[in-house]
Amino acid sequence: MTDYVRRVTRPGKRFGSRLPRLDVELTERCNNDCIHCCINLAAHDRRAREREMTTPEVRGILAEAARLGCLQVRFTGGEPLLRPDFEELYLFARRLGLKVLIFTNARLITAHIADLLARVPPLVAVEVTVYGMHADSYDAVTRVPGSFAQFRRGLDRLLERRVPFVVKGALLPPNRGEVDEFDAWALSTPWMHDRPGHSMFYDLRHRHDDAEKNALIKSLRLTPQEGLKVLARDEAKYRREMGEFAAKFMGPPGDLLFRCGAGQAVCIDAYGRAQPCMGMRKPDLTVDLRTSSLSDAVDRLADVHDLRATNPEYLRRCARCFLKSLCEQCPAKSWAEHGTLDTPVEYHCDVAHAQARYMGWLEETERAWEVADWRARLQ
Amino acid sequence: MAEQASLQGVYVPSEDIVAREIEGEIIIVPLVSGIGDVEDELYTLNESGRAIWEKLDGSRNLDAVVKELTDEYDATEGKIEADVRGLVDELLRRKMLVPFASD
Repeated sequence: MTDYVRRVTRPGKRFGSRLPRLDVELTERCNNDCIHCCINLAAHDRRAREREMTTPEVRGILAEAARLGCLQVRFTGGEPLLRPDFEELYLFARRLGLKVLIFTNARLITAHIADLLARVPPLVAVEVTVYGMHADSYDAVTRVPGSFAQFRRGLDRLLERRVPFVVKGALLPPNRGEVDEFDAWALSTPWMHDRPGHSMFYDLRHRHDDAEKNALIKSLRLTPQEGLKVLARDEAKYRREMGEFAAKFMGPPGDLLFRCGAGQAVCIDAYGRAQPCMGMRKPDLTVDLRTSSLSDAVDRLADVHDLRATNPEYLRRCARCFLKSLCEQCPAKSWAEHGTLDTPVEYHCDVAHAQARYMGWLEETERAWEVADWRARLQ
Repeated sequence: MAEQASLQGVYVPSEDIVAREIEGEIIIVPLVSGIGDVEDELYTLNESGRAIWEKLDGSRNLDAVVKELTDEYDATEGKIEADVRGLVDELLRRKMLVPFASD
């Protein structure tokens, strides 16, 4: 490489764009009906389909994102390939000079779509969630007979055409015995250089639309001890990474609620509402892009970083807890669980404490927000 | 073997890339496979590269580009010609630039 033309490393930090990344939920509908899903609607849900952003609306958002300096868009869902205009939107985004990150179950990766992705590469690996290593386990999660076979065919089409993809797991009762098998298989694929991640501490329904499903999701969550066993399955690596994480990020956060990336990568839901993150569906924290511009939304959503907790229980616990950055507690999770932004989610608290005890940072009965000498504990 | 820059040649950005300007920099984004060295990468131009790139719009040959830049910048014509040839050769090799085919 000469000096005239240079490869860009870390483009998000390099250019200081107002909107380096954009998430677009093309649809909430999905061709799976996974037992744990926090968002999915039926693939043929006509009401949902009618409410979704139109093709011109999505194109308008993408064009404005490019003008704001966006470098990458994520297409997610539901299942984004369910949209009949997926190819059009994909090519439009690429011709704007955007990288396109696709989150998919791969069941709808047809030969045509695979050819498209080979000819016009997304410039970032496709991310595929894998629900099981065999038809019985996979189909038991998705509740769609034959879905495993379709997923494997989709992945094979990407492989044949050398379209890069990475895989991640979703640990659930039908596939819990397959962790080692999944890890080994994932590492055998060309673009996985590390063990895959596994989701396991599932969110409740983001739109509070199904109490029965919420009860099912709660029953599917791994216990803190079960989750720890998976997280620390490579113990040396886990301890090393936790130590590095602790050195950089641990400490009581105070009462500011959004100490995360929320508001930096704007997320657009299937109906054209901009949110600070994919999980945050609280209506007064969203901006309707059918009446406001994306530029306006970027400015307004940045204001979430000024919001402070007022719940006394949060102030007593989370605001003073040195594990806060390790804990999955956040305003979006609080919203999904409790309908507020600042109510502690006991499940996530328990998971974080289990990890801290495993690392030797806490005694069995200690609560992290009561520990004054946390810096010494992390040495 | 990629074509080498000719001072009589007229060149334009390939249709297989997208050139964007972000925060004052030119970012070259590949559209198809086989552009640049490495898949999945974005590219940018240095300051000399940017000044030359902006003149590669199909309306002038490289000789004219050299003469215009010599008028605009405080450098010898020889240095500017070397930069123009260097950039165009590199962009041709990476398939980011193509000869302009007039109708």
